Amino acid sequence: MAARDNHGNTPPWGANFGVIGKPLRKVDGIAKATGAAIYTDDIQLPGMLHAKTLRSPHAHARVRSVDASAALALEGVHAVITGADMPIKYGVIPWTQDENALAVDRVRFIGDPVAAVAAVDEDTANAALKLIAVDYEVLHAFLDPFESLVRHEPAIHADRKEGNISKHVRLEFGEVDALAKSADVVLEDEYSFHGSTHAPIEPHCAVATFSADGLLTLWSATQITHYVHRALAQVLELPAQKIRVIQPCLGGAFGGKSDPFSLEFCVSKLAMVTGRPVKMLYTREEVFYAHRGRHPMFMKYRTAAQANGRITSVDAKILIDGGSYSSFGLVTTYYAGQLLTGPYDFPSYRFDSTRVFTNKPPCGPKRGHGSVQPRFAFEVQLDQLAERLKLDPIELRRVNFQGSQTRTVNGQRVTSNGFLECLDSVERASGWKKKRAKLPFGRGLGVAGSMYISGTNYPVYPNKMPQAGVQLKLDRSGVVTVFTGGNDIGQGSNSMCAYIVAEELGVPVEHVRVVAADTDLCPVDLGAYSSRVTFMVGNATIDACRKVRRQIVAAVAKKWAVDPGRVRLMPGVAIDLEDPAKALSTAEAFQLAEEEFDTLGATGSYNTPTLGGDYRGGSIGASPAYSFTAHVVEASVDTETGRIQVHDVWCAHDCGRALNPMLVAGQIEGSVYMGIAEALLEEHKVNRFGLHQGPSLLDYRLPTSVDTPELHALIVESLDPEGPYGAKEAGEGPLHSSIPALSNAIFDAVGIRMKHLPFTPGRVLELLREKDALEESKSAGAAARGQA
Amino acid sequence: MRLLNLRVNGDALSTAAPAHWTLLEVLRYRLGLTGSKQGCDKGDCGACTVLVDGKPVLSCLTLAALVEGREVTTIDGLMPAHIRAGGTGADPVQEAFDRCGALQCGFCQPGMMLSARALLNRTPHPTRAEIKDALAGNLCRCTGYTQILQAVELVIAEAGGAAVVPTDWRAELEQ
Repeated sequence: MAARDNHGNTPPWGANFGVIGKPLRKVDGIAKATGAAIYTDDIQLPGMLHAKTLRSPHAHARVRSVDASAALALEGVHAVITGADMPIKYGVIPWTQDENALAVDRVRFIGDPVAAVAAVDEDTANAALKLIAVDYEVLHAFLDPFESLVRHEPAIHADRKEGNISKHVRLEFGEVDALAKSADVVLEDEYSFHGSTHAPIEPHCAVATFSADGLLTLWSATQITHYVHRALAQVLELPAQKIRVIQPCLGGAFGGKSDPFSLEFCVSKLAMVTGRPVKMLYTREEVFYAHRGRHPMFMKYRTAAQANGRITSVDAKILIDGGSYSSFGLVTTYYAGQLLTGPYDFPSYRFDSTRVFTNKPPCGPKRGHGSVQPRFAFEVQLDQLAERLKLDPIELRRVNFQGSQTRTVNGQRVTSNGFLECLDSVERASGWKKKRAKLPFGRGLGVAGSMYISGTNYPVYPNKMPQAGVQLKLDRSGVVTVFTGGNDIGQGSNSMCAYIVAEELGVPVEHVRVVAADTDLCPVDLGAYSSRVTFMVGNATIDACRKVRRQIVAAVAKKWAVDPGRVRLMPGVAIDLEDPAKALSTAEAFQLAEEEFDTLGATGSYNTPTLGGDYRGGSIGASPAYSFTAHVVEASVDTETGRIQVHDVWCAHDCGRALNPMLVAGQIEGSVYMGIAEALLEEHKVNRFGLHQGPSLLDYRLPTSVDTPELHALIVESLDPEGPYGAKEAGEGPLHSSIPALSNAIFDAVGIRMKHLPFTPGRVLELLREKDALEESKSAGAAARGQA
Repeated sequence: MRLLNLRVNGDALSTAAPAHWTLLEVLRYRLGLTGSKQGCDKGDCGACTVLVDGKPVLSCLTLAALVEGREVTTIDGLMPAHIRAGGTGADPVQEAFDRCGALQCGFCQPGMMLSARALLNRTPHPTRAEIKDALAGNLCRCTGYTQILQAVELVIAEAGGAAVVPTDWRAELEQ
């Protein structure tokens, strides 16, 4: 057993926590509240240049030549770089590296970066961009994923074997067709999910310096410092030891800052060629084109069930519009199928997912990566099944519950599972039994459920080193400093580390300092994605704390000449459990331990156990724990205007244990808000030229405080056997089922099935008209039969 | 280039900037007051909101030259003003946002908190609908606004105005 296996849901002193489970402030809260927190664009360095990017006006074109001589001649311009300066490709997944920091010979979407300028100020850099002459040979642009499926010339990526197919995955488990044939009821339908984007309020920004002795330092608004570090070394052909990457305070990400981005390479290269610090800040329009948002998906589902509601067979065929680059697309294509196999148990399952390239801004991971879209389709189909079988939709979900400590049909291990409690919770809180199918026409309730990973056991580059590392430094004053590679993107991961240290080492939270996401100072962590941070960094922090805690307890026990089991470290004080009069301050306890054992510190780590199904791709979607969620939405539909109003959303989420319930509630509320927003208002769409239809926060329609429904966050604690004190994720799972629950509520309200997103008033009116026409023809038929 | 004589957070400051620079640019890149954030640079998001003579204004749409002679308050000035007025620590709005978990990424919140401060200065006991209306010009992408509304209501409650409605999760926790 490695030390990294040092976890479990109760600490040695029992579950009588002093810090964990309390709604405490965040460690960086007051700095953010007072404007003192430093975000990337707040960094101003002496002599700093400002950089801007020239972008492609064509969706698909060959770049014949770039002439920057006039730009270089402009007063105040210090450098212009093009693809020729950084020809090495990169990409977050090692097997599909197909991106260049600046176009080498091809541009693949409107907005693809072509050249970058560093100048004394932004105005000069913008003026210089207009002086760069690019000779393009315009190519056929693929804007319809169905076309990319069948037409492969001109290939968007010339070196791909399968033309414009980015990835194809087909996996089958159990007797899918035989079980469908023998089922009592079979439902087949089509669904589609539109594109949406993250829209963090902070645009991407990066600042680089290059020292005379060859050290490159990059500050970047990234959510994965470690991968940026690796990508810079590769593209800039610098030894990794000569690069330091720091993530300052980050203004939101939601998956949108997971890839390495063009600006990180450009400011680095420009700093190297000019010898000056360089900053680049994307405009809001550039953020929309940088994208990496939710993949549009076109989905066919066939679900078969017995008359009692038990699902016997699920068959899915999915077309995924990937946009112009691979990004995380390999994983997306797997996730679209792999993450559907809970919280319900079904004995057979097949999915066939194909991701294609199109000449649009590249898609990537957005909150609930790859699984929000299939979850929408499937949960709507389950509602259709309940309707067909005349079952209560909550009952249908209960009947199919997979249980805890089980294995899914695709071979994933499920440990804790609080899904039934989630269903109970939303049923009770929403008044489901009194209201569902009983409200006046126009108003209704809908339910849906989901599951999501708590981290993945698949590191994007294969290695056996820990996925999360933490280092502690204990000061004689009683201060503890935690060094973690984890990226706090607003979700509170730095605070989570501090709470754990405070709990374990008996120090007040305000005596814990967190140094994070700096590749020179912090042990490697794989970053803020796949909802992995609380689970993995939390476990690594516990591991480090337990090692040094043993020393502190031993030193105090020796001083008091008592058994170490009697020593309890409370916030600020060490006490003898059998003689409370004996007490030492934390600082005194640390000093005793330092006398006894030498300078105090420890490292801790976490790695996943061996997980996953025994087949190719079986480890993608394998997680050390899964979170579970249930939503009930109450909505009304105005049948005159087609306008949908969401009144209340109850979301019960099984997060294992809420290390800080206030922060968990914040994650639940933020997730639900984002789900409802993309269902009703938001759409990331390009027109027939590949131009974004509205690349601004106003046109994209981010909901305001007035547009957001009442959100009710309900926390379910299933105490996972392997999570830190039993904790699992809370940041992504609670988005999933909000969208199908809304669709199902609309059905309860007015009897129409919303199977295609977004739920616009136009679509509502169209379906209402169809329904009215159908009912009229039915009643006309009945009247005719009555007359006959 | 234009000489600007500004009053910011109680100080009379002079600086020079291109005539087309906005108040946001001058605050951030000339005066070093980086608490005000740029989220869109076109008046959509509200992250750059500052108070001019006590009223919330989008500093990214306001030419710096237009606020000469007027009193500008940024998020950086809120705590010092609270202390000057005899308080301790941060402004109660800032404290409440922190205590309620309203600061996730925190990027939109300087503008949000100033909008909230302006509301409470003119209406000490707003209803929830009035709070929502007052904050509708400030987009937040993290919180779903719930904890922000709770924070503003906490300020009102602690100032002696109203009872705080317990949150769903808190009610569950106490069960």
